[in-house]
Amino acid sequence: MRKINLLLRISALSTMAFLYLPLMAVAFFSVNDSKYGLAWKGFTLDWYIKLFENELILKAASNTLILAVVSTLVSTFLGTILAIGMDRFPWPRKMNAAFDLIMHLPVIIPDIIFAAAMVVAFGFLRTFASIFDPGLLNMIIAHITFQTAFVALVVRSRLAGIGKEIEEAARDLYADTTYMLMKVTLPLLMPGIVAGAMLAFTLSLDDFVISFFTAGPDSITLPLYIYAAVRRVVTPQIHALSTLVLMVTIILVICMERITRKVNKK
Amino acid sequence: MNKLIIWYGELITGHKLLKRGLFFLTPGMLWLILFLVLPGLILILVSFAGRGTYGDLVWEFSFENYTRLIGYGIFGWTLDYVYILFRSIWVALVTTCLSVVLSYPLCFYIAKKPLRTRYLWLTIVIIPFWTNMVIRAYAWFLILAPELPFAKLAAFLKLIPEGAPLYPSALAVYLGMISMFLPFVALPLFSSIERLDWTLVEAAQDLYASNFRIFMHAILPQTLPGLSVGIILTIVPAMGMFVVPDLLGGAKYMLIGNLIQQQFGSSRDYAFGAAISMALMILTLISLYLYKRKNRGVDLI
Repeated sequence: MRKINLLLRISALSTMAFLYLPLMAVAFFSVNDSKYGLAWKGFTLDWYIKLFENELILKAASNTLILAVVSTLVSTFLGTILAIGMDRFPWPRKMNAAFDLIMHLPVIIPDIIFAAAMVVAFGFLRTFASIFDPGLLNMIIAHITFQTAFVALVVRSRLAGIGKEIEEAARDLYADTTYMLMKVTLPLLMPGIVAGAMLAFTLSLDDFVISFFTAGPDSITLPLYIYAAVRRVVTPQIHALSTLVLMVTIILVICMERITRKVNKK
Repeated sequence: MNKLIIWYGELITGHKLLKRGLFFLTPGMLWLILFLVLPGLILILVSFAGRGTYGDLVWEFSFENYTRLIGYGIFGWTLDYVYILFRSIWVALVTTCLSVVLSYPLCFYIAKKPLRTRYLWLTIVIIPFWTNMVIRAYAWFLILAPELPFAKLAAFLKLIPEGAPLYPSALAVYLGMISMFLPFVALPLFSSIERLDWTLVEAAQDLYASNFRIFMHAILPQTLPGLSVGIILTIVPAMGMFVVPDLLGGAKYMLIGNLIQQQFGSSRDYAFGAAISMALMILTLISLYLYKRKNRGVDLI
C-alpha cells in the first residue's frame, strides 16, 4: 500500500508539473533580459513597461474589456429572465424539452461549428446592413449568444435549489408579481446571478475561436493579438503580455471559486 | 386552459400565467433562436450550396461538398480529407485516453488531502482550465525549444537535427492537446472520486483482490458518472480543436478544425466549410448518443 501511495504521489505531482511547466516557462522568460533566444541574461521588467507603450496592445486590451463587459451585462440580464421564464411557469412537457435543448446547444456543440454558423449568418445579414461587417458588434452578439445559455443554466439550477416555499409565502401575503420578483426572487437568486455573470465574463475573456472567426481588422482582442504575434515570432514582450493575462485569470478563478463555494454552502 | 389553478400560492388562470411566462421567456429565447438556431439551420443549408468564382455562394442544391469531403475532387479521387477526419478522431481518442490515465492518480492524490488544503489543490487544476488556450498552446514553444534539455536529448538521440526545436510535430500536438484537455477530465472525475465509498475498496482488500481487480470492480464503477462526463467534455472539443494543431502541428498535421478554419479563412469556400462542420457535428452527435445510451439520467453539467 505504501508503494502505491508513493507511485500515486509521483504520478500526481508530475502531472501537475506537466500542466504548469509551460506556463511557468512563459512567466520565467518574460523577465529575461534577452531579446532573442532563451539564454538567461538577467532580470528585467522592461518587457512589461514596453507593453504599456504599445498602442496596438492597449487597443487590444480595451477591445477585450469592452467585449467582455458588454456581453456579460446583456447576457446576464437575458439569461436570468430566461431561467425564471423556464423554471417558474407550467410549460407543456414538449415545449420544455425544446427550450432545454436550445439552452444546451452552446454547451454541447464544438465552438468552431458555432463560429462557422456565425460567419455564415453575419454574411447574410451584411447584405441588408453594413453594420454586420466583421467587427466588435458581431463579436459582442456572438459572445452574448453562448454566454446567455451558460448564465441561464447556472441561474436555473439556483432557482431549483431555492424551492417554491418562500415565493408561495410571499403570494399568501398578497405580493404582486413585480413586488415578489424584486423583493423575494431576485435577492434570493443574487448569488446564482453573480456566479453566472462571473462565468460569462471568464468565458468571454477565455474565448479565442469565436472571436477569431467574427473579428474585423479593428477589433483585435488580446488572445487574437497573441495568436497573430506567435505565428510570426515569439518575443519576450508576448511572454510579458501572456503572464499578465495569466495573472488576471488566476484572480478571476479564485473569485469565482469563492463565490460558487458560498452559493453551494447556503 | 382557462381553468383556475393555484401556482406558487397564487390563484390564476393557466392562460394568464403562460402569457406572463412568455413575457419572461421571449427576450432570451428569441435571441437564442435568432443567433443560434437560425444560423445553425443556415449552415446546414449552405453545406448544400456551391462556390462561385470569387468565393461567393451559389444557390444550387447539390451534394458536391459532401462527395468532395469523402474524396471525389476535380483532380480525381484522393483520401486526403478522409485521412484528416480519421486523424482527428484518432487524436481525440488518444488525448482522451491519456488524460483519463493521468487524471486518476491526480484526483486520488487531491481527494486524500485534508479538507483544509484540498480546495487549494483543486483550484490549481482549475486555473489551467480557464487560461486562454492560445497562451497554453504557444507556451510549449518554450519547453520544446532547441535550447532546452528535451530538444537537446532528442538531438543527441539523432531523432531531430542539432539545434532544431521539437515542434512542429505530432509529439508537440499530443503534448499540447493533453495539457489542454486534462483538466476537462480531472474536474468531473474528482467530484466522483471525492464521494467514493472506500469501504468497498477495503472489503475488496480483505478478500485478497489484486490491485487491478480492486480498481476494476470497486473503484471504476463508482467513478463512472464523473468519468463519462469528463470523456464527453474532452472528446467533443478535441475533435474540433484547431489552435493546438495549428501552432504545434504545422501544415503537415491538420485536423478537422484546421480544415474548417481554412475554408472560412484563406480559401473562402463557405459551402465546403459548412459541409465539413456538418461532418464534425455528426461525429459530435455520435459521441453524445453513445454517452446518452450509457448514462441515462446523468446531467451534462
